[in-house]
Amino acid sequence: MINIQEFTKGLEAEFEDVEPGTLNPDTNFRSIKGWSSMHALIIIAYIDANYNALLNGADLKSAQSIQDLYKITIEKLK
Amino acid sequence: MKEFTTKMSAYIKAISYYLPEKIFSNEDFFKTFPDSITQKENYLRIGVQERHIVEENITASDIGVIAGLNLFKEHNIKPEEIDFLLFCSLEFDYHFPSSCSIIQAKLNLPKSCGATDYNLGCSGYIYGLGIAKGLIESLGMKNVLLITASTLSKKIHPKDKSSRFIFGDASAATLISSSEKNNGLGSFVFGTDGKKAEKIIIKDGAARNPISKDSYIEIEDESGNITSNAHLQMEGTGVFYFGLKTIPIMIEDVIKKEKIKLEEIDLFIFHQANLFLISTVCTKLNIPKEKVYNYMEKVGNTVASSIPITLYEAMKEGKAKPGQKILLAGFGVGLSWGATIIEL
Repeated sequence: MINIQEFTKGLEAEFEDVEPGTLNPDTNFRSIKGWSSMHALIIIAYIDANYNALLNGADLKSAQSIQDLYKITIEKLK
Repeated sequence: MKEFTTKMSAYIKAISYYLPEKIFSNEDFFKTFPDSITQKENYLRIGVQERHIVEENITASDIGVIAGLNLFKEHNIKPEEIDFLLFCSLEFDYHFPSSCSIIQAKLNLPKSCGATDYNLGCSGYIYGLGIAKGLIESLGMKNVLLITASTLSKKIHPKDKSSRFIFGDASAATLISSSEKNNGLGSFVFGTDGKKAEKIIIKDGAARNPISKDSYIEIEDESGNITSNAHLQMEGTGVFYFGLKTIPIMIEDVIKKEKIKLEEIDLFIFHQANLFLISTVCTKLNIPKEKVYNYMEKVGNTVASSIPITLYEAMKEGKAKPGQKILLAGFGVGLSWGATIIEL
């Protein structure tokens, strides 16, 4: 069973340029310092490799916070 | 009297490649795009340190010819041995004739040599091997020369950071020959999804949209890259999604077709699109790192030439050896994909 804390922590670990403890479920992920298209790829890859759910461009566009990403992931796993 | 004929099989006999002299290094890149330095770590995950770039007046057929000449010289092959020439590119010299005619003349291939172009990108090498297998095993040809070439740097908008970071120009020449041994080129799978044609596209300049002043109006994509309708447009997120979705399925399909298990594959060579994508696919499929050979650092994404260049370097380094089962997989513009299992 996945939970939001682990999900957030795991994602944070994927971003090499983000200090540990910076991200929380409410964080708007596009506000990450130096946000780029590579960050979007990292999110897609992280969720696919760890949770076996594949988010597309539209999914990503519809999400603002890490909580939103988590909800989409849970929805895909149903 | 009954005649006994041995069934001939196709195999990769030799590969050579060519890189243009001019280099665009990461140092040059971060000088050109100083704002990108804050994302340096992320850029480096793609796996490129430098790429080679052609001069403006050099065409894909020009560098294709050089790869062909390199092949003849390096492997002591005579032009008159070639029965068929396949030229795979996204860029051709003229509307017609085909670039293969220009190449046939410059390489002194015999007049008895069949030749054709085909327009494919990153899946193109797999398609070429498949066509060559058909020519050899069905039509009895002995030597098929497959030339792949990309000069995409000329079609990338100067302000398009992502594409300028990823792509490099190059050409490769592969000789596919007939042999009595089996499994040189094993099973193949192919696929196409034209509904996603616009994910990687140059919209203007061909029959559908002739080039006009408007073609050069700058467009900013969702990731902040500047491009235009006269230049390459690539939706990075969409293409990445396509890769993650398509590659595992095609690997599964080609393995099933070959009637083997994933663990029986000794070496995986993927189209060198982005090493981050490749490592994500491998994590997902539990493919151990030591079974994957990459060669992107010094060349970038060289489109249809990336698989033959990587295979060449894997052979040179002793990582790809005769007797091994090697899985090759290509995917890209079209959207189009293909995979095969080979033995050297």
